Amino acid sequence: MANPQFYLREDTPCSDAPIAFADFGDASNAIAVRIEPGDDARSLLPHLGQLAMIDISFPAFGDGRGYSSARILREAGYEGELRASGDVLIDQLSNMRRCGFDSFAPSTPLDENAAKTAFATWDDVYQKTVDARTPIWAKRHG
Amino acid sequence: MYQYDQYDQAMVDARVAEFRDQCERRLKGELSEDQFKPLRLMNGLYLQLHAYMLRVAIPYGTLSAKQMRMLGHIGRKYDRDYGHFTTRQNIQYNWIKLEDAPDILADLATVEMHAIQTSGNCIRNISSDQFAGAAADEIADPRPWAELLRQWSSFHPEFSYLPRKFKIAVIASEEDRAAMRLHDIGIQLVHNDAGELGAKFYVGGGMGRTPMIAPEIRDFVPADELIHYAEACLRVYNRYGRRDNKYKARIKILVHELGKDEYTRQVEEEFAHMKTLGLNPPVAELERISTYFADPDFDQNAPDDLDMSDPDFRIWVEQNTHAHKQSGYAIATISLKPTGGIPGDASSDQIDLMADLAEQYSFDELRVTHSQNIVLPHVKKADLYALWQKLDAAGLAPANLDLVSDMIACPGLDYCSLANARSIPLAQKISERFADVKRQQDLGELKLKISGCINACGHHHAGHIGILGVDKKGFENYQLSLGGSGAEDTSLAKITGPGFDEDGIVDAVETVTNLYLKTREDGERFIDTYRRIGMAPFKEALYG
Ligand code: HEM
Ligand code: SF4
Repeated sequence: MANPQFYLREDTPCSDAPIAFADFGDASNAIAVRIEPGDDARSLLPHLGQLAMIDISFPAFGDGRGYSSARILREAGYEGELRASGDVLIDQLSNMRRCGFDSFAPSTPLDENAAKTAFATWDDVYQKTVDARTPIWAKRHG
Repeated sequence: MYQYDQYDQAMVDARVAEFRDQCERRLKGELSEDQFKPLRLMNGLYLQLHAYMLRVAIPYGTLSAKQMRMLGHIGRKYDRDYGHFTTRQNIQYNWIKLEDAPDILADLATVEMHAIQTSGNCIRNISSDQFAGAAADEIADPRPWAELLRQWSSFHPEFSYLPRKFKIAVIASEEDRAAMRLHDIGIQLVHNDAGELGAKFYVGGGMGRTPMIAPEIRDFVPADELIHYAEACLRVYNRYGRRDNKYKARIKILVHELGKDEYTRQVEEEFAHMKTLGLNPPVAELERISTYFADPDFDQNAPDDLDMSDPDFRIWVEQNTHAHKQSGYAIATISLKPTGGIPGDASSDQIDLMADLAEQYSFDELRVTHSQNIVLPHVKKADLYALWQKLDAAGLAPANLDLVSDMIACPGLDYCSLANARSIPLAQKISERFADVKRQQDLGELKLKISGCINACGHHHAGHIGILGVDKKGFENYQLSLGGSGAEDTSLAKITGPGFDEDGIVDAVETVTNLYLKTREDGERFIDTYRRIGMAPFKEALYG
């Protein structure tokens, strides 16, 4: 299992290969799982405690379901590694980060500098999401 | 009018810098067209038949004179000296060079404007009632709510790759001037029994190839839950909207396939969850925004009477002005539909003139309407005559608002790569056929809308008379439909029968309007007569 190209956590990347969501029910002691865009992230909620890594796959960058999956998991309190894999491009990194991804495994490696700029795209943000940033409206009324 | 603070300005500036970088990478070949496409689309840049087309956002259709002048400047410097106002209260430029696009966005940013999310599968520019803040019949100004939604939807990290584009409209009166129920989300501000202001939500309307009228899914969302509720509507759509077929990807199909009740149930469940997260800006933020939309300094003693001894002026006043909430004032609509003209087009000089007039007569404000006209919302009645004379001298005083020649027409085959047929020349022919204003006034309110293909950018489904361009064995052909409405009595038009060629369709329009004139009863508009007598007599007259 190759390491993710970008890893924004303090710990080390999960080295287990994630098992497919469909097989997860049978592998009751798995610590890493992969979900596809059509899988319901909410059905993982009872198992969050045992999971060290959830890999959310983006078969095509234009399919945005993975952003909702990620947020749902974080909103439910999941604190493990949340990995975006597949068709992950420079221009999606900042949105992904804001939805709770902290690990990125693009199928085609990205330019390191461009990625760094992308992660830092917005000084301030309009929405409150799961990335713990203070939204603009809160600063206005701070 | 809303004014950016340092945060809003920084967002737009950052976007300009980001897009400049993306354009450079594209021009250097580091980005493929496939990778660049969604990025340019999120900045309003389309690739059309002959050139790039740039769509600039005009949030809820409101502009200051300075912003309007910038639109004229862009037409002059980067395009062919004109712009095209669209049915989504935006403006489009048809002849843009890719290498100029970042400079245009930078110019726009200097007047608090942008092209953010004017295309792509994201939440688009929020539209509203063009008479907001001026209409005698509104219960509140809808624009602060629209601005709150604009900020929330800008660069929304979860909703930037939706199954399909997403359009929201906000209104605050019973009369619907924004085709609210033909949007993905239509919001009407209402009072609850306790007298509090809140939002009624309609979800799942739209045009395109499968037109649908949005059903109401919640009668009241309180002001401090607006964003939670919108977020819930969008999350259900983002997760379950169809992605297998582009033509079935709009939220209307999801709501239709799940059924309104099941969609609503899922939204309510998600809404309950959102509320636990505290994502909604405090009411103080809505209040902060609202202060920018406070009434201008109206002259409380402005006289209410009007000298209408000039007959041409009288016609214009009767047709193109509306009641204002402040006595002594009127709302004046500038028609961009001269006989033989291109609906919605304005030259850079005309744009500048309208900006000057707004400064002089309308507290520095203009509005763009979804029927592709411009509004001066706050004109003193005492100034109307002077205003009209200046408009008339510039060819901006057609007295045809809501009449047959006040058509909506999409760009069609003259510009659009998806078109089956031309819309503009047809609009020109129809307006020439009905050039006589007296005749038009006699026909009364008649909304004629033309689309060059099934995508329905020209709202033909919502036309009292709708015209759709189709391709018939390599020839342009036009289908006629009757009975649509985008107003509070929303309805979808029905096709009359076999289509017509270009001259035939102009005759057909005349045939149905003649039948109306013969059969109408007292006070009936075209649409009323159609609703009373039904399709059969019209069919008979057309094909009998
Ligand atoms: C010239 C380039 C244009 C292209 C390529 C284009 C493309 C499209 C497409 C593909 C749709 C159907 C979307 C769907 O049903 O999912 C659509 C709908 C629409 N477009 Fe355009 N359009 C263009 C110009 C315009 C202009 C100039 C206007 C305004 C005058 C406009 C306003 C609309 C509206 C109101 C709809 C219907 C929205 C709905 O279905 O709810 N478009 N457009
Ligand atoms: S209706 Fe069709 S022809 Fe007209 S602008 Fe839209 S996509 Fe183009």
